[in-house]
Amino acid sequence: MPQQNQKVLVLFAHPSQDRSEINRPMFKLASNIEGVTAVDLYREYPTFRINVDKEQQRLLEHDIVIMQFPLYWYSTPAILKEWQDLVLEYGFAYGHDGKMLHGKSLLCAITAGGAENAYCDKGYNHFTIRELLHPLEQTASLIGMRYLAPFALFASRTAAEEQRVGVHLNNWKKLLVNLVENKVDLELASRLDKLTQLPNNLFKEAL
Amino acid sequence: MTGYFLQAFVYLIAAVLAVPLAKKLGLGSVLGYLIAGVIIGPVIGLVGTETATIQHFAEFGVVMMLFVVGLELEPRMLWDMRHKLIGLGGLQVSLTTIVVMGIALAFDLQWTIALAIGLIFSLSSTAIVLQTFNEKGLNKTDGGRSSFSVLLFQDIAVIPMLALIPLLALPELIEKAEQLGQAAAEHGDSLNLVAHLPGWAYALVVVLAIAALVIGGHYLSRPLFRYVASSGLREIFTAATLMLVIGIAALMGLIGLSPALGAFLAGVVLANSEFRHELESTIEPFKGLLLGLFFITVGAGVDFGVLQVHWPKVIAMALAVMLIKASVLFVLAIIFKIKNSDRWLFALSLAQAGEFGFVLLSYTVQNHVIPQDIAQILSLVVAFSMFLTPSLFILYDKVILPRYEEAENHQEPDEIDEKGTVIIAGIGRFGQIVNRFLVANGIKTVVLDHQVAQVELMRKINIKSYFGDATQPELLHTAGIEEAKLMVVTIDDKERVRDIVKYVKHNFPHVRLMVRAFDRGHAYELRSLGADHIITEAYYSALEMGGRALSELGFHPFKAEQLKNAFDQIEKDNKEKLYQTWLASSEDNRFSNDYRDLFLQLEDLLGKAMNKDRSDGHSLTDRGWTPPPKNYLDDFEQDQPKADDKP
Repeated sequence: MPQQNQKVLVLFAHPSQDRSEINRPMFKLASNIEGVTAVDLYREYPTFRINVDKEQQRLLEHDIVIMQFPLYWYSTPAILKEWQDLVLEYGFAYGHDGKMLHGKSLLCAITAGGAENAYCDKGYNHFTIRELLHPLEQTASLIGMRYLAPFALFASRTAAEEQRVGVHLNNWKKLLVNLVENKVDLELASRLDKLTQLPNNLFKEAL
Repeated sequence: MTGYFLQAFVYLIAAVLAVPLAKKLGLGSVLGYLIAGVIIGPVIGLVGTETATIQHFAEFGVVMMLFVVGLELEPRMLWDMRHKLIGLGGLQVSLTTIVVMGIALAFDLQWTIALAIGLIFSLSSTAIVLQTFNEKGLNKTDGGRSSFSVLLFQDIAVIPMLALIPLLALPELIEKAEQLGQAAAEHGDSLNLVAHLPGWAYALVVVLAIAALVIGGHYLSRPLFRYVASSGLREIFTAATLMLVIGIAALMGLIGLSPALGAFLAGVVLANSEFRHELESTIEPFKGLLLGLFFITVGAGVDFGVLQVHWPKVIAMALAVMLIKASVLFVLAIIFKIKNSDRWLFALSLAQAGEFGFVLLSYTVQNHVIPQDIAQILSLVVAFSMFLTPSLFILYDKVILPRYEEAENHQEPDEIDEKGTVIIAGIGRFGQIVNRFLVANGIKTVVLDHQVAQVELMRKINIKSYFGDATQPELLHTAGIEEAKLMVVTIDDKERVRDIVKYVKHNFPHVRLMVRAFDRGHAYELRSLGADHIITEAYYSALEMGGRALSELGFHPFKAEQLKNAFDQIEKDNKEKLYQTWLASSEDNRFSNDYRDLFLQLEDLLGKAMNKDRSDGHSLTDRGWTPPPKNYLDDFEQDQPKADDKP
């Protein structure tokens, strides 16, 4: 398979960035990687007036779409839901002629407040993180995109104090760079439960 | 008369030629004036004996300088920097004074002379250092800030020094002066009203005079300036300002106190007044010229005979002074944790003696503290150390900074960035809201308005504003345009708004200009002049009113909001085209039909967009919330047998 570079779009949604400890550094890091287009949705649309044409054009120009956000009530912050409602139009993303996004990939990069072991049927959150994000997974399925397992940081409120941010940022960088260089085994990534630890076999060696 | 003109011409041409040249060579304006003085004095001999007389006149520049120093001392700013001010500044002045005094004592000088010399050399050159920081953009560095607090402390410390120096007078020098009958002629004592009063009465007079100055300055000056300003005559305001400063100087002279001291006090009293910036900008040119004249006379007074005999001594002393000052500063920098290259900047930048040194020198000679012959040598030392300052900055730039830069570049840049101040010109209905909003969010604003009544009204409701015409470059300077990040122009006079935009964009391209426009045409014009952000004054409030009207008529409020947004979006989308058409038509100097046609087209577009669905079946206003067509499930049912999978 030819190693053609992939274009990666990061759609970042965080409504209170002055208090962000992890997402903001992640976004900053993403902005500095070549081949990654990093968009701060709350900065671009502070009044939620999303430019549908512009956002659809962005989707067309990229191969991999990453939604980066802190988990709010087991879902995305409001602007990302608004973004879905407006941008994934009938006739563009789904419907009789809506096949514009077919073949692309969708990944969620999230920070979750609960500890990792809370996200299982025995834990207080009762569902795994992948299960909780099923609406997005099904959306991806309907619009013909490959859904990759979520890249998640758990217990994010104490990550800074426990010195876990550095490792997470390194993993984030590694993931982004390999996505751009088309070295991620997307097939495997879509089958895993989550991408918290990046298993070695996730990355294909260059041919 | 012609004689005076000739003299004035010689001084002026010397300044005009030498000062810009000195600045170009990186020597700073103070050195430029000194050089000009040296050239017209001892070198060419164009001026001579009259220099001493002119010097008394020129000393009035120092009085004005202290008035301005007083004006700039905002109590709150002082309080915010109290630690650095007193810690760094206080230690610098006292340690340097002690060390220099100790060395002077070791050379068998009398302790009063030694102390005076210590005080003179403890001061650095505010003029040279701040100018250089400005030019090199070092103001915001840690070293720059620390240096600034030391300089500020020195400026304030001059006041007690001026009070202290007469107490150090040498009996034998006074005697000598009296024998020569010079005392009266030399500093206007003939007009001293209090010379023959007993000690207690004199003390009472002094206390009363200072009380009168403070109370009068606080309560009487405002009605006076308000009265003058409301007349709208600029030159009368200038006259009133000069009257104030000269009056104070005269009063102080009459009771035998230092005029500089009085002017400083008056400045402090007026620092909180709404006329502060206007006063400063009015006095600035006079201060600058007279101070320049003062430095020229110092230069002209340089005795080449003394220099020829004593040059090794002068050079040795200058180097010693700089070494002592730099070492003291370096130690302080270590104690106060000023790091890396900033430590060197702090130590090197303040190592010279300064213009206040000249002031104190002439003052000490007048007050018979230091004999004339020593003063001449000291004056050369001060000048020489100032000459060496630019080379120290070059040393810092070329040798020291590169060594640290490598290390510093590896550090993460600070997250907190300097927010910068905002200047708001015009505090009417529009400016008030902008100002309240910014201040409520902790942004520092400087508010200017040219209507006294308005400024007064604002002060009553605790909005700190200043009287002044924002189209005056001098006023913008004292309001701090060089440091400002943003300027908001909300003046309701089209012409003056235009002037401000032109001036600020041309001279301070770094300042973002946000301007309130009257209407479309005004907005286009401001844009063509380079304003960065323009709000047409009634647009948003009118749109808001339109939205409310729709709601009242029964539209769902959310729908009304979407319609408003769509209207705004169409305006924005067509802004550029309308502007270009306007630009083309205004360049042709005719109000073209093109523009009107285009505007009508826009109206047409608006009407259509609001009412008609787009060709793809979605209306512009609620695009995305439109449900898919009724029969859309047929597609899914063809693909998959189960009908449960729908969005």
